[in-house]
Amino acid sequence: MENWQIVWEARDSLISGLFTTIEIFLIGSVLAFLLGCLVVYLLEQAGPWLRRALRVAIDLMRTLPFLIFAYLLYYGLPSLGVRLDAWTAGLIALVIYHGAYFAEMLRGARLVMPAGGVEAARACGFHGFTLFRRILLPQLLIRVRPLIGNQLIYCLKDTAFLTIITVNELTAAANSIQAIYFIPMEAFVAVIGLYWMVSIVIELLVKWAGRFGRKRGFDHV
Amino acid sequence: MNSQTWLLLLEGAWTTVWISAVSIAIGVVLGLGIALVRMLRIPFVDQLLVLYVSIARATPLVTLVLFIFLVAPTFGIVMNRNLAAILALTLNTAAFNAEIWRGAFLSFSKEQREAAMACGMTPWLCFRRIMLPQMITVSLPGLVNEMSFLIKGSPAIAVIGIVDLTRVTNRISAVTYEPLPPILAAALLYMVVIYALIQLQALAEWRAHRLAV
Repeated sequence: MENWQIVWEARDSLISGLFTTIEIFLIGSVLAFLLGCLVVYLLEQAGPWLRRALRVAIDLMRTLPFLIFAYLLYYGLPSLGVRLDAWTAGLIALVIYHGAYFAEMLRGARLVMPAGGVEAARACGFHGFTLFRRILLPQLLIRVRPLIGNQLIYCLKDTAFLTIITVNELTAAANSIQAIYFIPMEAFVAVIGLYWMVSIVIELLVKWAGRFGRKRGFDHV
Repeated sequence: MNSQTWLLLLEGAWTTVWISAVSIAIGVVLGLGIALVRMLRIPFVDQLLVLYVSIARATPLVTLVLFIFLVAPTFGIVMNRNLAAILALTLNTAAFNAEIWRGAFLSFSKEQREAAMACGMTPWLCFRRIMLPQMITVSLPGLVNEMSFLIKGSPAIAVIGIVDLTRVTNRISAVTYEPLPPILAAALLYMVVIYALIQLQALAEWRAHRLAV
């Protein structure tokens, strides 16, 4: 019981760790999602060369572990003269890595979409970015919604890797508390509980978005 | 990058591969076990397993590895690094595999089971001869996908000091002061491993498809 009191007294570092994790996760996943949308838009519009390059880039990301990519940005880039601090390197890694996953999800949904809708939109005078934003993207989002929750949880879990490149996030906070007070059990149970709570909130939000979508009749388009 | 460096990298790759392989092997079987126990709907045990799957799904591997490695000694359990790593990876992957197996189990047709019973098979024989082979073909794509996620998550074991394919790049650059080449080489090796896994999946799916038709 005394140990839990110590965790409670060290709550400031846990809270700041949680804050860093949520901050990186929120900024990272939103930007990654936008990047994914952009990549799919480019795949739609660009010429064959750029398209092939993008496909290769997506597949590259999907066969790499997240940590090695973060290593590449944090330890590798300085030898090319680009020096990033751990937080920025971690965020950029998260955005590019998960952007590729979002792009792949949306691309998969685009492939199975019937061609008629786009042709009809073209006939109505939609083209370029307007066509993408008003016609394609909403339909793609509806199709990938069940996968987005999963991807967001992977994104949250990947933020923990950033503790290895010295970002002071939630896992790092737990590690420093247990190193100071020798209470690994309590520190990590608290942190795992916090991760669990965040992931439950994510799932509830995704479920809520689904219900909202159903109410607006999105599921039968 | 000389041959010595490549040797170190390959050693790291071997550590990653064998620890992942052991965890995958145990995780797939354990996942099946969890799925079967959940199918029995034993009160309390069922809720406990739901809780386990939910928590394991949300816990980052880094956190889990640290947790197991640091908490075991407080209970007086002597745990070496490799064991802690395998335990963490297994606990994580088993939760995902259990869900995949459960999906295959739930979608199994009732008629086939009834037909097997009508032919006089015992439930165990029916499970072994009729259900399991079909469940394997159905859940194989999901299982292989989870395997590649496990390999992608395996650098987490570096946090407790195991020199895996990711951590070995630190060691090399500590000597050569050139971090970029070893990291790129490690990335290449990861790509080879995961690409091999995907190819294996394609092969397995092709064979499963031939069996099914």
